[in-house]
Amino acid sequence: MKVAGIELKNPTILASGIMGTTGAALARMSRNGAGAVVTKSIGPVPKKGHNNPSMVELECGYINAMGLPNPSYSGFCEEIGIAKGKMDAPLIASIFGGNAAEFTEVAKGLLSSKPDCFELNVSCPHAEGYGASVGTDPDLVHEITASVVDAVDVPVWVKLTPNVTDITSIGRAAESAGASAIVAINTVRGMAIDIHSGYPILGNRFGGLSGPAVKPVAVKCVYDLYEALDVPVIGVGGITCPEDAIEMILAGASAVEIGSAVHDDTQIFVKISKGIDTYLQKYGYSYTEDITGLSHEMI
Amino acid sequence: MRPIHSKITEIVEESPNVRTFFFDTQFDEAIPGQFVMVWVHGTDEVPMTLSGKNSITVQKVGDATSRMFELGIGDHMGLRGPFGRGFTIPGNGENVLFIAGGVGAAPIAPLADIVKARGIEGRTILGSRCCDELLFRERFACGRVDITTDDGSEGRGGFVTDQLAETDTSDYDRIYVCGPEIMMYKVFEILKARNAHVKAEFSLHRYFKCGIGVCGACSMDPDGLCVCRDGPVFNGGELEGSEFGHYERDSSGRKCHF
Repeated sequence: MKVAGIELKNPTILASGIMGTTGAALARMSRNGAGAVVTKSIGPVPKKGHNNPSMVELECGYINAMGLPNPSYSGFCEEIGIAKGKMDAPLIASIFGGNAAEFTEVAKGLLSSKPDCFELNVSCPHAEGYGASVGTDPDLVHEITASVVDAVDVPVWVKLTPNVTDITSIGRAAESAGASAIVAINTVRGMAIDIHSGYPILGNRFGGLSGPAVKPVAVKCVYDLYEALDVPVIGVGGITCPEDAIEMILAGASAVEIGSAVHDDTQIFVKISKGIDTYLQKYGYSYTEDITGLSHEMI
Repeated sequence: MRPIHSKITEIVEESPNVRTFFFDTQFDEAIPGQFVMVWVHGTDEVPMTLSGKNSITVQKVGDATSRMFELGIGDHMGLRGPFGRGFTIPGNGENVLFIAGGVGAAPIAPLADIVKARGIEGRTILGSRCCDELLFRERFACGRVDITTDDGSEGRGGFVTDQLAETDTSDYDRIYVCGPEIMMYKVFEILKARNAHVKAEFSLHRYFKCGIGVCGACSMDPDGLCVCRDGPVFNGGELEGSEFGHYERDSSGRKCHF
């Protein structure tokens, strides 16, 4: 299936930040059935990330603050090469920077390893000067997106933060700058405190919430973006089963990304893509695109 | 799970740089070789293999462990776990060989406790840099113990591999190994030459971030197995042709060769 300029093997994509640090890990997720894989977000210089605890399972999902650990684009090209050599699913390189020049430097630096697509991380909620620090400003998102689109010859997706008043204004800025798809959502800003010691649990004190708790937030963002935009929307946030993915697709997603759910089941991609097929057959549809945004017609 | 607020109930100084901390939290269901994420409030959280149902044995090596050494009885740490895949428990009637170097004796000692309780004989090759750093020798008293020290201050002068080279391993059904990776890799090579690596299990260490098999920071080449979730204990057969013994990755994901 072709979505936003790339040929997915199925509508389930490995989300950024999950098993995406090495080429071998990405290839493993492809073997486990991912229709495409997104790398860990890669930046201009090596970064060790925040101190631990960096990810903790809560009652309703997961809270994390990894802090964008990455070996830099020069260190990561080899891993993309390894992944591409071991799998035929498309590889989407997630990148971040503090401004348009840094984003473009990283994108250009990775081009030699031939990623099939870029996903711009303008949405990490807990890295000072990066991610959501730039992704909450439509003008900056426009400038960054336009700069990367101009510099590369593959599709550029932009992943948005839900931690804004109006996500559609950011989505429009990315679309008008030439984004091929909008990915929504990144994690929801959150915090957990250990009541016995009084310490915030994450090493960074606060971070981003993922997992089942954020799914309704993601569904609403996808629903609004589908209404506001012409480019495809990729739905991500709290998907753990076929029903979750179908709900996201009905809201307007052309494909879905899956992250935290890998914790409970590394075979989750096969289960969800098969479940989507079963649903399509049951209700007499042929393709995922037949049901993308269908709930918008139910008035 | 959230970290379990755990009080330190006892501290044993095993050597100048190694201490065992006992907690009021007991992991009864833990399998030897499994680990807990140990949160030192305000500093960091690090993985530690359980050296007992309610204890960890810590070598002072970095920020988190140095801070731990400043804590006393009554102080608290946060514990999450037990996580990961532990050792295969030996069956009755199986002959076992333990090979432990330095603080690597910590994950193996609970297995020796099981072997001793069952009245099975277990042989041990226990090594360290010097006699002051030999760990848990009394817990390995479930059979013959061969001691090696790098400086020759006790037992045989040299490495556990020197002793292993002269040890007939054909009689053993299971071999359990933990120590510095270079040591483990040399053990692996000796066993592989005898085609005995497939009956050996190795407890690996890598930089962990999430500790629960999601982030991929500890995934190994070439299969992408996570040391925190698919390990930390691996069969020798699983390690063939892997990065084991060659390189690990730092916190940014860059390769660091041994």
